[in-house]
Amino acid sequence: MEEKIYKRPAGLQDNINGYCPGCFHPGIGKLIMSVMEEFDLLERSVMVDGIGCVASNMSYIGIDELNTPHGRPCAVASAIKRCSPETIVVTYQGDGDLASIGLAETMMAANRGDNISVFFVNNANYGMTGGQMAPTTLMGMKTSTTPYGRNAQEHGYPMHMCEVLNTLTAPSYLARVTLIDVPHIKKAREAVKQAIQHQLDGKGFSMVEFVSNCPTNWGLTPQESIQFIKDKMLPEFPLGEFRNR
Amino acid sequence: MERVVMKGCEAIAEAAIRAGCRFFAGYPITPQNEVPEYFSRKMPKVGGVYLQGESETASAAMLYGAGCTGIRAMTSSSSCGISLMSEAIAWMAGANLPVVICNVMRGGPGIGSIQPSQQDYFQATKASGNGGFRMLVLAPSTLQEAVDMVYSAFDLAMKYKNPVLVLADGFTGAMMEPVVLPPAKSEEFLAAERKENEAWACTGRKGAAQRHHLGCGVVPGMATRMPLEEKNKLDFAKYESWKTTEVDYEDYQTEDAELIITAYGVAGRISRSAVDLLRADGYKVGLIRPRKIHPFPEIAFEKLDYSKLRGILSCEMSIPPQYYYDVDAVVRRRTPIATCLRSGGEIISRNAIIEEAKKLYGAK
Repeated sequence: MEEKIYKRPAGLQDNINGYCPGCFHPGIGKLIMSVMEEFDLLERSVMVDGIGCVASNMSYIGIDELNTPHGRPCAVASAIKRCSPETIVVTYQGDGDLASIGLAETMMAANRGDNISVFFVNNANYGMTGGQMAPTTLMGMKTSTTPYGRNAQEHGYPMHMCEVLNTLTAPSYLARVTLIDVPHIKKAREAVKQAIQHQLDGKGFSMVEFVSNCPTNWGLTPQESIQFIKDKMLPEFPLGEFRNR
Repeated sequence: MERVVMKGCEAIAEAAIRAGCRFFAGYPITPQNEVPEYFSRKMPKVGGVYLQGESETASAAMLYGAGCTGIRAMTSSSSCGISLMSEAIAWMAGANLPVVICNVMRGGPGIGSIQPSQQDYFQATKASGNGGFRMLVLAPSTLQEAVDMVYSAFDLAMKYKNPVLVLADGFTGAMMEPVVLPPAKSEEFLAAERKENEAWACTGRKGAAQRHHLGCGVVPGMATRMPLEEKNKLDFAKYESWKTTEVDYEDYQTEDAELIITAYGVAGRISRSAVDLLRADGYKVGLIRPRKIHPFPEIAFEKLDYSKLRGILSCEMSIPPQYYYDVDAVVRRRTPIATCLRSGGEIISRNAIIEEAKKLYGAK
């Protein structure tokens, strides 16, 4: 007698995703939806997508979903949650969206302790627009707008959003994870569960930052991009739970 | 019906709450600060949500989020603050969300001045954001009109699934005047409407056959986007329909008039009083005052008998003029058009209007 032990999460639409080969986005979406399914939340959740590669999510996510102006997901999500407290509200945002154009919205939703869960995909560049410098771009990293590499004098330093938000009093859960191998994927899923559980418990603002990849704009193969995360990204963006109240 | 003396901004907020507004987000800016302040006091008492945004940009994004839940929702700001909101206003128009926005106009451009003006006419009627969308734009000239228009704005927004803009000015926002307040919509009515809106709201599928997706290029209730051009055509048809259903203007003493004064908002109110004085002086003068400046009341000008008109005097608190160009476009040189203008926070004077009217009128 066979037993089905693995399947496509019910919260995903039944179509083929169009993300670049090797990109972590589909895996992150799958993790989030599998947790939603496990918690039986698919019928009472809404995902608020930012702009950029994250907006492609609209074609893959099967739960209620809305597009928002670039950088505004945390403001939009805060309002949805306050108008409809029984709804589980999550955002899905990239580094440009959350840490640059939407920095004020992110900081202030976190500072208000709005009871939402933020999923933040940090791949150190603007993927959708062709790989420009992001607030999280590593020092020395070449992007299409830092052709000679990011340098401190011109561009400042990478922003560490978990650490920044950890200076605030209100957030209840902050964690940084990655998806480079199975043990890390399991930890990432655990962090997503924690974030959702914090929202279910009414504890306030939770965020999971995914240290992600961008094989296409990094000019690396999927395999090489994973090695790049290990060698370059993780020393700059250390993994772990920064806050768990 | 209660008759009370209220300050403009507070009357606007009270009318909104009576219309069933249960979400307000805003950011401080003069001359509309009493609107958010009033909401912050009253919302907890009616079970509504008040949120002070971190900016106008965020406040309008919050309105977008609230609108997506099917609740009656509003924001207010002034001029340069509305510019910051234009991002989310375009999104709300693109997503067909039933929300209300109030602009209590001040001088411009940019920071301009905190005093009353009518310098946002183009922005309000032509391009409150990118992409060529339109809104119904209600322009009150008295506090009573402000109250009635705000009250009706929520019904219009729900009816047409479109943002509705109430274009007031710092004069109307700051003055005190007696108003008759409309009855509050019942909690039962609001609950039933919200239940009905679950057919498209993004608050969780709740057993629906398909998910709801909201965003630009989506008709509320759909699971995904449609070709954008098709969506643009649907919206265009809606805007066109307003030309037969939503035209609203005051036609005052135009029957035998040889000179027409035209103005909207507070300038319209001052012009009306100028008409009375000119009439008392034997001048055959009438007033055309749009209550909605979009759709523009072309019919009010089309039905004039140009053979007996000496001219039209277009009055507004904006230099360069803006409203004037819509008048000019419909009059098409059938009669001379003169202007009486103030700007930058200066109030248009009745005497100046009378003087300009007499000049255009010529010998009695």
